[in-house]
Amino acid sequence: MAELTKKERMQIPRQPMPEQAPNSRNKNFTEVNLGFTEELAKLEAERCLQCPKPKCVEGCPVGVQIKDFIKLVAEGDYLAAASKIKENNVLPAVCGRVCPQEEQCEARCVTGVKGESVAIGRLERFVADYERTTTGIRQAEIKTKTGKKVAIIGSGPAGLSCAGELVQLGHTVTVFEALHDIGGVLIYGIPEFRLPKEIVKAEVDALEALGVEFKTNSVIGFTDTIDELMTVEGYDAVFIGVGAGLPYFMNLPGENYNGVYSANEFLTRVNLMKAYKFPEFDTPVFDVKGKNVAVFGGGNTAMDAVRTSKRLGAANARIIYRRSEVEMPARIEEVHHAKEEGIEFVMLTNPLEFLGDEAGWLHGVKLQKMELGEPDASGRRRPVAIPGSEYVMPIDMAVIAIGNGSNPIIQKTTPDINFNKWGNITVEEATMKTSKKGVFAGGDIVTGGATVILAMGAGRKAATAIDEYLMENAVIQ
Amino acid sequence: MFKIVSAEFLAPEVKRFEIEAPKIAAKRKAGQFVIVRISSQGERIPLTIADSSVERGTITIIVQGIGKTTREINEHKAGEFFMDVVGPLGLPSHIENFGTAISIGGGVGTAIAFPTAKALKEAGNHTISIIGGKSKEYVILENELREICDEVYPTTDDGSYGYHGFVTGKLKDIIESGTKVDFVLAIGPIPMMKAVAEVTRPYGIKTVVSLNPVMVDGTGMCGGCRAVVGGQTVFVCVDGPEFDAHEVDFTLLMKRNNTYRSEEKSALDKHVCSLDKQFAEAINN
Ligand SMILES: Cc1cc2nc3c(=O)[nH]c(=O)nc-3n(C[C@H](O)[C@H](O)[C@H](O)COP(=O)(O)OP(=O)(O)OC[C@H]3O[C@@H](n4cnc5c(N)ncnc54)[C@H](O)[C@@H]3O)c2cc1C
Ligand code: FES
Repeated sequence: MAELTKKERMQIPRQPMPEQAPNSRNKNFTEVNLGFTEELAKLEAERCLQCPKPKCVEGCPVGVQIKDFIKLVAEGDYLAAASKIKENNVLPAVCGRVCPQEEQCEARCVTGVKGESVAIGRLERFVADYERTTTGIRQAEIKTKTGKKVAIIGSGPAGLSCAGELVQLGHTVTVFEALHDIGGVLIYGIPEFRLPKEIVKAEVDALEALGVEFKTNSVIGFTDTIDELMTVEGYDAVFIGVGAGLPYFMNLPGENYNGVYSANEFLTRVNLMKAYKFPEFDTPVFDVKGKNVAVFGGGNTAMDAVRTSKRLGAANARIIYRRSEVEMPARIEEVHHAKEEGIEFVMLTNPLEFLGDEAGWLHGVKLQKMELGEPDASGRRRPVAIPGSEYVMPIDMAVIAIGNGSNPIIQKTTPDINFNKWGNITVEEATMKTSKKGVFAGGDIVTGGATVILAMGAGRKAATAIDEYLMENAVIQ
Repeated sequence: MFKIVSAEFLAPEVKRFEIEAPKIAAKRKAGQFVIVRISSQGERIPLTIADSSVERGTITIIVQGIGKTTREINEHKAGEFFMDVVGPLGLPSHIENFGTAISIGGGVGTAIAFPTAKALKEAGNHTISIIGGKSKEYVILENELREICDEVYPTTDDGSYGYHGFVTGKLKDIIESGTKVDFVLAIGPIPMMKAVAEVTRPYGIKTVVSLNPVMVDGTGMCGGCRAVVGGQTVFVCVDGPEFDAHEVDFTLLMKRNNTYRSEEKSALDKHVCSLDKQFAEAINN
């Protein structure tokens, strides 16, 4: 086949993601996006102009060599493409599904200036899925064992990427996780229909095969403190990737009525504990069949919660957000999917009070309409209440998805690590080093709630610094 | 996997387990709890650590079979395993030498109060235990408590053993007899804890209760365990489980604990049916 000209490449339209029809997928928990076929992937890859100085890479927090992997896809060498991605990103099947590419790599893609950018995320996902379903996830080579032991606290994307890097460098790595399952937000927060748990499990199994040891049921601070890990258990370095993990409530009257959940609780019950399969699984969740649900917030978490409630059978599932749709932090794809699935968006509206009955059950929420005023510190226009606009909306379940603070367990049990006033660990930016010797940190516990890819990038950066720290010490000893 | 070293019934539906969990055994303090999950479909159940042995590397839990999961837990025998045990969770009891301390346990609450009663005695308190049950067979740990406490008073609702009446009746008697009571710990059904709080309130006796809301993670991540104490919302798993009884909103706690009542009932009915079926099959075979 002859090389395509630039013009020909630019004439190929961006290939749409095959997906389950909205009206059937809003009743099941299987993945919404079905993934590219080989033909679609090749066609999409042909759209890449192979820029001599690609801008897309600058938009990627971990610097995936995008044009090189896409070239390999166009050539049909999908396994080589997978290896290429994995040089910079250990969790491509996850990132291909949940990264906000539209704000990162794809936002910089030159084809997007006049037309639509190359679907980099969809290609990444295709390549990772191809490898997993054909050869299985292939192992990287492991350097000679260094004899150094590293403890990783938390098994979210930050912890997993740090563990993956360090084990490849020859260190002995143990991941300690508070919950009974591995994956952090990937397993308890993000729903099955967006990120199948089987995919997370395959990644975790691959790390285990590389020699990473996973210890669940280990709340560091309680089961072992960081000091004990380093002195009694003999770990030479520690990486803290414990995520955010302290749900904010709105402090409104009635917030403790039965039926009012934090997003963390609602999603954990449904995803980690599989309440959507109750009674086959033992953990229940509020039965929303035929009921009215309101989710407060405008981020990915809010979208996940509202789409989950729809799948559980809610008659009306609504997003209630105090700003307008353009200010919503959720990914465009999620908002678009939610609308297709019949989610109602009630914008510029703020809750004032939850209403309930004598027995303690939620039955409504008092709302107030807002309008946009001057921009605030975040640069977004500040919502201002419209006097006299209060009204009551009948609801049976409410989910508060307004963000997370940081969980204080590590802070309380490790006095010699510095935290800022929001409870986030302060680190040296280049190395992710904390104020405690041999202890590094990254992910949401450092940045506050952010993204999977930023957490992974931080884990990777810390791994490089931990390796240097360990090998330096090795020379001195 | 956590091995069950021994298992025995203390009362109908109340079973004591000693489990191999050396890390937790070495760490735990009175008042703390673990979360147990018994199968990959199982829910996460918070259970107070009743005792531990550092030498044997074991912890003791005492479980009342009420719902499907607690009954399934109680079907476990020595030599078998629990899939997940995580802890120690929650803040330890605040222990000091108050003077005279009364520890009150209602039903399986006696098991939960046991470690704190022991710690209170070790701190030098004159320690009195009041242990209540519906009837004689539900009064548990009497002998164990007699070994560590200065005075032990069993009470039964039906008068079949010890003091005839509720634990609050006995508590009132002690206070009104002129004994100077400096501290009361009450653990049991919510109405009992609420009633104890009302008995001690007029006397200004410092009173602590241990709350038992529904939990998921037990690490402060979900907020499902929230309760209101002194007008403030708290997460019981990390801010408690013990709180000042005179400040707790018991009515709210009781209502919140009803959240999954119909689901629990249907799960239990199914479970009981399947047991009946197994039983019927066993007989027919
Ligand atoms: C519902 C939801 C949807 C999201 N959607 C997206 C999305 O589409 N795209 C995107 O990029 N980002 C998304 N995010 C954000 C993203 O998931 C997080 O930024 C990312 O997971 C942070 O990774 P982490 O490794 O820092 O922490 P986490 O993933 O939070 O993992 C931390 C782990 O540490 C464990 N832990 C905590 N304390 C302890 C302790 N003391 N001892 C042992 N273990 C402990 C926790 O149990 C947890 O498993 C979403 C978040 C949520 C909640
Ligand atoms: S059980 Fe989840 S916060 Fe307490």
